[in-house]
Amino acid sequence: MAGNGDGVTLLGYWASPYALRVIWALKLKEVHYEYREEHLPDKSPMLLQYNPVHKKIPVLVHKGKPLAESLVIIEYIDEVWKHNPLLPQDPYHRAKARFWAKFADEKCVPAMFRAFSKVGEEQVQAAKELRENLKTLESALEGKQYFGGETIGFLDIAVGWIGCWARMNEEVAGVNMIDAEMIPLLSVWFQKFLELPIIKECLPPQDKLLAHTKEFHKMLMMAALT
Amino acid sequence: MGEEVKLFRTWSSPFALRIVWALRIKGIEYETIFEDISNKSPSLLQYNPVHRKVPVLLHNGRPIAESLVILEYIDETWKQAPLLPVDPHERAMARFWAKFGDDKILGSIWSVFIKQGKEQEEAMVPAMENLKFLEGELKGKKFFGGETIGFVDLALGWLANLIGLLEEIVGLKVVDGEKLPLLSAWMQDFGDAPIIKDNWPARDGMILKFQALRDATIAAASK
Repeated sequence: MAGNGDGVTLLGYWASPYALRVIWALKLKEVHYEYREEHLPDKSPMLLQYNPVHKKIPVLVHKGKPLAESLVIIEYIDEVWKHNPLLPQDPYHRAKARFWAKFADEKCVPAMFRAFSKVGEEQVQAAKELRENLKTLESALEGKQYFGGETIGFLDIAVGWIGCWARMNEEVAGVNMIDAEMIPLLSVWFQKFLELPIIKECLPPQDKLLAHTKEFHKMLMMAALT
Repeated sequence: MGEEVKLFRTWSSPFALRIVWALRIKGIEYETIFEDISNKSPSLLQYNPVHRKVPVLLHNGRPIAESLVILEYIDETWKQAPLLPVDPHERAMARFWAKFGDDKILGSIWSVFIKQGKEQEEAMVPAMENLKFLEGELKGKKFFGGETIGFVDLALGWLANLIGLLEEIVGLKVVDGEKLPLLSAWMQDFGDAPIIKDNWPARDGMILKFQALRDATIAAASK
């Protein structure tokens, strides 16, 4: 059993955006937690015990009970710690937030990964798809400062990491992912969001992340050749 | 207060069926709009411009898309016959299993269905692994929701209908009563529940549709 009886433990990985968005949720809610770093690709017995289905981080353990899947964890955090609500109150707006978080995870992120890991025509197509999907995501801002309105909320922390990772990925993979002309509002929002102190201070060290991204890209390119 | 509830669906979509079940369980009156996927209505394209898919729920003129998102909306808007449990940890586990169903079960079962020979045998391995997790989750319970049908049952409900159909089409037993006794029993109990039983799509139509889908997929793969 991790932590003390009532305690919160987060199993994470420094370079994981999924762990990061859970950290953001915990910070916004001012929840005190113990952080345990998984030294991936090695997986600790604790991780395998707490997430036998997917064997992945992040895993949140609260009062001895584990939870997996970052957006599921974030909704749990929102329900248990009720101050600074992440999701809006109105069911229709909650549905919209969930819809767009799902869209980002299912349409933007895989396209970004393909644009990063493929070459040639496949890469070109994937990058185009990503840019178009980010344009679609931009429409969800509806002229607001943040997806959450005046302050950040569920959708901001669900998708904000993409701004950081995409910039790094496009530099390393040599393909345009964030087209400021195509997504002027989203670009501004990415910038503002990532500059917020509570958000920025949790980001992994950027030079370390860049080196890690380059290493990962090299590995993928070599694997593609075999 | 006039509630206007409309559901855009097709006759066969298992995702739309989740919404039919939820609305029926909660006793919500609604109007059905059947869509022809080869000729989508302007309304569907207007209400779900991002995905252009069914189901879409229209409530007092406001559209919601993505079936699991719609289920949560329905549960939050109409409080009778709750689909999700009260306890936050149990709610999170319900969301986890529903996501597992869509992310893993669906794909692995589909793989078994569209493959042949050795490839099909190989596809059975992850499918069985995934189904075993569901089996484990049913221990000590009649439904995933406990004594009564809940969120996860609705999310996984397609299994209770489609598995039998797919098994018949490919001539392969996927959910074996000996290997997966609890899941087999659940498929029976869920499938026989009045609201569920009354709303299954026409069997013959489904067999034809999925046979054609399988044939087309195999043909495309062999080009």
